[in-house]
Amino acid sequence: MGSCCYSPSPSSSHLLVTDFFSWGFKSSKLPFLQQKRRFDRSQRASKICGYHGLRTPPYKLDALEPYMSLKTLEMHWGGHHRNYVEGLNKQLEKNDILYGFTMDELVKVTYNNGNPLPEFNNAAQVWNHDFFWESMQPGGGDMPKLGVLQQIEKDFGSFTNFREKFVEAALTLFGSGWVWLVFDHLNISSVWWMDVVDEIMLDLLQTRTFLYLVKKEEKRLAVIKTSNGICPLVWDDIPIISLDMWEHAYYLDYKNDKGKYVNVFMNHLVSWNAAMARMARAEAFVNLGEPKIPIA
Amino acid sequence: MALRSVSRKSLPLGLAVGHVRGLQSFSLPELPYDYGALEPVISGEIMQLHHQKHHQTYITNYNKALEQLHQALAKADSPSIVQLQSAIKFNGGGHINHSIFWKNLAPIKEGGGEPSKASLGWAIDTQFGSLETLIQRVNAEGAALQGSGWVWLALDKELKKLSVQTTANQDPLVTKGSALVPLFGIDVWEHAYYLQYKNVKADYLKNIWKVINWKYVSEVYEKENP
Repeated sequence: MGSCCYSPSPSSSHLLVTDFFSWGFKSSKLPFLQQKRRFDRSQRASKICGYHGLRTPPYKLDALEPYMSLKTLEMHWGGHHRNYVEGLNKQLEKNDILYGFTMDELVKVTYNNGNPLPEFNNAAQVWNHDFFWESMQPGGGDMPKLGVLQQIEKDFGSFTNFREKFVEAALTLFGSGWVWLVFDHLNISSVWWMDVVDEIMLDLLQTRTFLYLVKKEEKRLAVIKTSNGICPLVWDDIPIISLDMWEHAYYLDYKNDKGKYVNVFMNHLVSWNAAMARMARAEAFVNLGEPKIPIA
Repeated sequence: MALRSVSRKSLPLGLAVGHVRGLQSFSLPELPYDYGALEPVISGEIMQLHHQKHHQTYITNYNKALEQLHQALAKADSPSIVQLQSAIKFNGGGHINHSIFWKNLAPIKEGGGEPSKASLGWAIDTQFGSLETLIQRVNAEGAALQGSGWVWLALDKELKKLSVQTTANQDPLVTKGSALVPLFGIDVWEHAYYLQYKNVKADYLKNIWKVINWKYVSEVYEKENP
């Protein structure tokens, strides 16, 4: 599955018939055969078939200094993210049905409508982390432009208001989880971010509150938070930006100072370029509808 | 802490409480040992951050939520009363759990890690086979726990049975069963070990047994199970 440097969709599944290795489209210029030989000598080469690869972030691991240290990237990407990938591959070895899904599909299928299969945690966390690395860039932060800014101003009133809501969500998340800016085309979003509704039904669901809108015409941006590894894909939302609020994401750099971490992310790390690409794709998806591909 | 008054009563489990205008407010209990006393199992840096920052934050937010609850109750504002429950459960739970945690740890030279020779030891052998089996069970549950949470050795007061339980986030053990009493808990939130063990949770779980205060744990057991 070829993808460009700034792929708006971070998920892809690779069937690797060769050794298990991390795939960097942008960095490797070697022809395929030479790549295979190079990784044969790698310490991490194993004899099993890998189903999903560990995607490298679209920047060098020290590129986010001083806002996110090399140490954190090495630990977070090289340790945690890698463990999720390896864990997932181990699980997929045993399960014929799940083999062959793309990451997006795998996340939704293993979520199993709220009764997650054991593979869900690994699958979702692989997806989440791929998405997260691509939600950041060196020299990030600042303000979004053009369409993204317009949509934010339309749905939140102003960029400042959106930023406040995003930061507040991050700081009021209980336990481990993620904060997202999503394109909510089915109009299911957290009640705290909806201002005007026509008819509503409030349904309290554990730690999240859902607002079901009877009028399903509007498509709008929303800030949501999810627990542990849950990904808004499972609710058919379209994620635009994410922020990892698990402690391992910031503890080495900021210890318990969550506020500093979140503000640094908004000021220096968040990639509005990535958001722009994702929103363009989201709008195409929403306007054209999801294509129905018949079963072969 | 504007809410804290001069007089302080000590409740069981060392939950220090102040009284102002009839409203309870909680304060940070002192550690029964120095921050560095649990080295090399848990670093002084972690102990200090864990106690002074994390536990304190839970207490601060717990007090805030209780204050808001007090006001909501006075106004009979049901939506607010209900909405505050999650903040109270999270922050109050954090306070309860950490207060227990400090007491069920002890420096090695003060008996940390020395297994109980009293009735608790016998109960563990009977119900789990051996202490090693219990350790394996607890470590397995701790390693498998996704996200943040706690692993507990629990006593069911009514059934007089020991069990290994896990709770998510800061849920206190009682949310798993009203008859469950925590004998000891192990904090498996990342902040409890990350600076020292990084992502190798298994090493943290292997080592923490060296500082478990079995004397205290036995006392709790015998009190609930005379």
